[in-house]
Amino acid sequence: MHPRPARPRSAAAGAETARVPRWVVAVAVVGGLFVLLPIAAMALRVDWPRFLPLVSSDSAQAALLLSLRTSLTATALCVVVGVPMALVLARTSFRGQQLVRSLVLLPLVLPPVVGGIALLYTFGRRGLLGSTLGTLGIDIAFSTTAVVMAQTFVALPFLVLSLEGALRTVGTRYEAVGATLGADRWTVLRRITLPLVLPALVSGAVLSFARALGEFGATLTFAGSLEGTTRTLPLEVYLQRETDPDAAVALSLILVVVAVVVVGIAHRVRPLGALRAAPGGSARPPGGHGRLP
Amino acid sequence: MSLTFAATVADRGFDVAFELEAGETLAVLGPNGAGKSTLLGLLAGLLAPTAGRAELDGRLLFDVTEGRRVLMEPRHRGVALLAQEALLFPHLTALDNVAFGPRSRGERRRASRSTARRWLERVGVTDLAARRPAELSGGQAQRVAVARALAADPFLLLLDEPLAALDVTVAPALRVLLRNVLAHRSAIIVTHDPLDAFLLADRVLILDSGRVVEAGRTRDVLTRPVTAFGARLAGLNLVAGQRTATGFRAGNGLEVPVGEGTPEGPRLALAVRPARVAVARAPGEEPGWSWIRAVVDDAEHRGDTVRVHAAGLSADVTPADVVELGIEPGAEVFLGLRHHDAVVYPV
Repeated sequence: MHPRPARPRSAAAGAETARVPRWVVAVAVVGGLFVLLPIAAMALRVDWPRFLPLVSSDSAQAALLLSLRTSLTATALCVVVGVPMALVLARTSFRGQQLVRSLVLLPLVLPPVVGGIALLYTFGRRGLLGSTLGTLGIDIAFSTTAVVMAQTFVALPFLVLSLEGALRTVGTRYEAVGATLGADRWTVLRRITLPLVLPALVSGAVLSFARALGEFGATLTFAGSLEGTTRTLPLEVYLQRETDPDAAVALSLILVVVAVVVVGIAHRVRPLGALRAAPGGSARPPGGHGRLP
Repeated sequence: MSLTFAATVADRGFDVAFELEAGETLAVLGPNGAGKSTLLGLLAGLLAPTAGRAELDGRLLFDVTEGRRVLMEPRHRGVALLAQEALLFPHLTALDNVAFGPRSRGERRRASRSTARRWLERVGVTDLAARRPAELSGGQAQRVAVARALAADPFLLLLDEPLAALDVTVAPALRVLLRNVLAHRSAIIVTHDPLDAFLLADRVLILDSGRVVEAGRTRDVLTRPVTAFGARLAGLNLVAGQRTATGFRAGNGLEVPVGEGTPEGPRLALAVRPARVAVARAPGEEPGWSWIRAVVDDAEHRGDTVRVHAAGLSADVTPADVVELGIEPGAEVFLGLRHHDAVVYPV
């Protein structure tokens, strides 16, 4: 990353709080506590001496490994499919594009259970494509593949949304320059467009990973809960809650830690240089350490 | 070996045609919204014309008519664009920015970098090769951008106000650089600054509202402008008038005799420098002068002179004259010019 000008963070923050009515601050604090308190309460309930044995039981390990494997695969799929989708949405225009964009983002607002049912009626044994796939000997529902598909389904909008926004922010001016310098479309995409939106791609992928890791409803509906095959970490947590609450809390804590790390990464990764501040990409040095010619 | 261009863009009211000889630099001037950027966009291939045809060195850039639509892709045109902002790729070093063009044309990494190094040397920033654009000043970045455009070895270089975003302390050095690299190179420079036209261009094209209102060799446009914009650019008074039995009579009543050679024509114009227009309380008696009575519209202070506007003419006088003659808006004065200082020509 480049050296970035240090923002006068404390000064700005001080000036802003001074202008906000006190009761607004009070409500904001209550809201913050509402988010943080349950996490703290859960952390307090962790049975620390038994923490390691709890999270390394056979079923927990199986769930953890399955979750990591499927979530990583789903993230990869999101990148492979989502990058072209974001490019088409941001760089082309066609009739009904607005509608397509809304539909693509549908999984974001759809209850995951509904997504699972939709997947079931598409790829399930008696689904739209399932019967055809069945005759080919491919059976998706209630398999690890189904887990990955459910996760991809719900996580895809995160990547598309974040990347499309970045593509629009960066604009097409650099791409136009690349074309006038003789670069073909693939070279422009590979050497200009993608590097410019790489930070957004990374944060989008990280968000997709987090969403995939936390997927519950669609997975349960479309893939079931078979230990080692489709029982991911959230499903395991839900199941353990009945039989062994301590294990459920310990496993939950792992998901919290992953979530915190994800939020940290997604927050840190920013577009290159002053790109966001000035979409044109002004070439002024941030600290004035460039010499005059 | 030249550029021929004719294009219309219906929704922008753009209709422009011109030609450019190989190795010549054309300055395109005109007020905002005149169509200057549209012209560059059409040549670079970033815009498609409603109709028109352009050829560069015998290759067809576009040919759009009813039922025919040929548009060469930007990357095949050999037309490089240098904009007001350097637009260096922020994720590449200065060297790799310049190497981008050669690389895209198929040169190997190593060869493209040595090409890039040569161009960085040519624009005088070899020591900045390893820097990222964020670590360059505006002037340095624009030098690298010049190198990048030229390293692509374009048939035609387009410059869109390349000095407009630079500090006044940096612009002169870059203008000198451009003057060097544009020599014997086909280039079109869009500019607001007449100085760019004087120093960089062989020809001038003045656009207004999407049309060509004036075109010609820089020297001709600067000595014999035919539009108010051209006259302002050249720093000249331009008054329209007619040929009479005795000579030329301007719309404001000014009469000057003209030589035998002046062509007969209903529409003539007179050009004279403001510094050569005299202001007095009473018309002078000297022969060879013409005087008219005028009411002062306005007077503005410009450095060491005061420019007086009256009867459609501008006259530069000293601050002392202003006091002595009592020049103020509404004051009555006489404006005079020596016939020798005025040029009369058909428009």
